[in-house]
Amino acid sequence: MAFARIQLPPSVKRGDPIEVRISIRHPMETGFRVDDVGRTIARNTLRDLVCRYRGAEVFRASLGSGIAANPYLRFYVTATESGEMVFEWVDDAGERGDARAAVVVA
Amino acid sequence: MSMSPPRRPPRSLPRRRALQAGAALVAARLLPAGAASMDDLPGVRELTEYLAGRTAQFGRLALDIPRLADNGNAIPLRIAMRGPFAAGAELRTVRLYSEKNPVPLMARFDFAVPPAKAELDTRIRLAGTQRIVAVAELANGDLHAAFADVAVTVSACLDGS
Repeated sequence: MAFARIQLPPSVKRGDPIEVRISIRHPMETGFRVDDVGRTIARNTLRDLVCRYRGAEVFRASLGSGIAANPYLRFYVTATESGEMVFEWVDDAGERGDARAAVVVA
Repeated sequence: MSMSPPRRPPRSLPRRRALQAGAALVAARLLPAGAASMDDLPGVRELTEYLAGRTAQFGRLALDIPRLADNGNAIPLRIAMRGPFAAGAELRTVRLYSEKNPVPLMARFDFAVPPAKAELDTRIRLAGTQRIVAVAELANGDLHAAFADVAVTVSACLDGS
């Protein structure tokens, strides 16, 4: 289930903004829907999502039921050195996921 | 038989005034920032609790969202804040509130380090036509708010409501 796509520019200049785009495959269940037999489907959203760049946290998000299924985020991080950008998240069901991408600073 | 061309009515002053008034109305509709105040924010309990009597400033934070959304299940949204950010007044947190969703706090975003560009995109889910509020908190505690009205044709949350 934990499937995500990260898109980063192929290379950035030191000090420039890195455009980070991430899309995570996740149902973002609201907890207000019912299944075929009328039982409530438990809420399951990405409560905690952390983005680390070269080991240091740069961005964190807590997404509730007001965020669309398969959440998409775009934000900007200042480029310092080449390194890895790591996303880690956990949902209400306790399922963890992670995704990583390389930042190339030219 | 010759027909005289239809006579155009003279451009009268009342007509011009009416046009000017119309243009002013359109402008007022497009530029709500000047008159925005805390009274424009919906009285959502979670938002009121977060603000806790503090006053937010309007104008620097911008909330870009379609005025009309066909589908409440995924509405693209952009939050952007105009700089410059003084030392000690960097962007720290952005919160997104909905007026009518069953869970008013839609998302919270934290910037552990100041973002390279104070701009954030996501897609939200809305239960009906309503007002959306974004509140940004700076490192010095200053609050900046923006709001937008969205007409939602097909609401999310059709099930179980």
